[in-house]
Amino acid sequence: MAIRDRLSGNEAVAIAMKQINPDVMGAFPITPSTEIPQYFSGYVANGEVDTEFVAVESEHSAMSTCIGAEAAGARAVTATSSNGMALMWELLYIAASDRLPITMALVNRALSGPININNDHSESMGARDAGWIQIYSESNQEAYDNFIMAMPIGENKKVRLPVMVCQDGFITSHAVENIELLEDDKVKAFVGKYTPENYLLKKENPLAVGPYAVSSYFMEFKMQQVEAMRQAKTAILEVAAKFEALTGRKYGFFEEYSMKDAEVAIIIIGSSAGTCKATVDEMRAAGKKVGMIKIRVFRPFPMEELAMALSKVKVVAVMDKAEGFSNAGGPLFVDTRSALYDMENRPFIINYVYGLGGRDIKTNDFDYIYNQLFTIKDTGEVGQVYRHIGQRSSENIEAGQTDKNNQNGLNNQSGLNNQSGLNNQSGLNNQSGLNNQSGLNNKTQKEV
Amino acid sequence: MIRKAKDIDENTTWQELTTAAEICEPATSKMFSTGDWRTMTPVFIEEKCTHCMFCVLYCPDSCIPVKDDKRLDFDFNHCKGCGICYKICPFKAIDFVKEEK
Repeated sequence: MAIRDRLSGNEAVAIAMKQINPDVMGAFPITPSTEIPQYFSGYVANGEVDTEFVAVESEHSAMSTCIGAEAAGARAVTATSSNGMALMWELLYIAASDRLPITMALVNRALSGPININNDHSESMGARDAGWIQIYSESNQEAYDNFIMAMPIGENKKVRLPVMVCQDGFITSHAVENIELLEDDKVKAFVGKYTPENYLLKKENPLAVGPYAVSSYFMEFKMQQVEAMRQAKTAILEVAAKFEALTGRKYGFFEEYSMKDAEVAIIIIGSSAGTCKATVDEMRAAGKKVGMIKIRVFRPFPMEELAMALSKVKVVAVMDKAEGFSNAGGPLFVDTRSALYDMENRPFIINYVYGLGGRDIKTNDFDYIYNQLFTIKDTGEVGQVYRHIGQRSSENIEAGQTDKNNQNGLNNQSGLNNQSGLNNQSGLNNQSGLNNQSGLNNKTQKEV
Repeated sequence: MIRKAKDIDENTTWQELTTAAEICEPATSKMFSTGDWRTMTPVFIEEKCTHCMFCVLYCPDSCIPVKDDKRLDFDFNHCKGCGICYKICPFKAIDFVKEEK
């Protein structure tokens, strides 16, 4: 029988680590992930685990510790957030390219600056090209489940890649929720023993890890990483199937919520999916065909599967909790739009950057976004593609609502927003819609 | 996968190379001359040498061959010219001079 408990997200992950009993933990405290090594060092002190806890002087050393340990043949874990992960930066690439399946509990927090301790996805999205598998969690339960699934995925012989299990700082890491834990022996049996083929302490097989690769060899090793990421997709689904058999909890690359017959959909990552689901339920009750897809696995990116899931949808909004400063959309948007490009009848797609530095997004915000999507569906006019929501602005531009009062305010302001402004403009589409970004009005649009 | 370094060359495909460029055997440096960027060179002065073997132990690159309890001249294919042997030799049996090419 599963164990019912109530735990914070950090505690849940620390308990998953305790149940796994890894060989080494290298960690340095940083808000909001501090509690994970804090709880875990308690387990070490109490003799509840056999783990060698290495109290390092920085996150650079924490990841270096994990790399050394994993190369030596040990199973290594760490936990960090934000700038802590940024300090690991070069080691993230080394862990991945040395193909060391380290498991990291990442408690997402905004990267400075301005300095901020609250949640967004800027650090993990910034590290999306480091070669790590990235799995995101909506709830404490998912953070726990994903952490238990991480090692069988990363340590798969065809994969051998490090995995970061992400959850939202404070929102899930510090909020206490009901949770269902597995028994220790079931977790240990599920995760299994770490049995690398080669490792530094295997005396029968002398080994050098991480050697220099000149130009005539380097690219071949990058191809191996690409292939490993491809294999990870299979491993992720296999492990999810085994986990479902054990727990009854079903996981995939993403979760489809109310997507059957959905006309408009929101794509989102992490805890805000819960808020979005509440809006979906409300709008569905009112007969509106809205749906949501919550991305669980961002690396590898489930491109074909996502395109398939969106094949019947008319308009999509992609929610990015990280700014990429490309001026062309956030990281999830870019990948999602790319996934849709090969489709014969691709949906309209817009992007909202939201929730930076812990800025709340509420059900009425999602309600507003869904209504924007319905307007696009009805008019066929996309308007501004790359938008922000939830921040104050002095400009009368359609950049999403700033608050519930301002939402109306914007809509009442001289036809500048997409619905009315573009409707009056006889067939101006995406290109012209981009002009809205600059806050210029109908006049400019005529010039296009 | 090809495991032996001697069998790997610039025609080896990514599928055949060892995972993550791992080197799965010891002493592969024997196949390469790695001492060609030396700026200082140790000079073995045989008549002063008592074959105490201090230098052999201290050499970080195993560049001092030993045969029949006697040290031989340096392996200059691998000596980087670090000067440790010169520094620790108790009998001044090693000199250290500027490399001339």
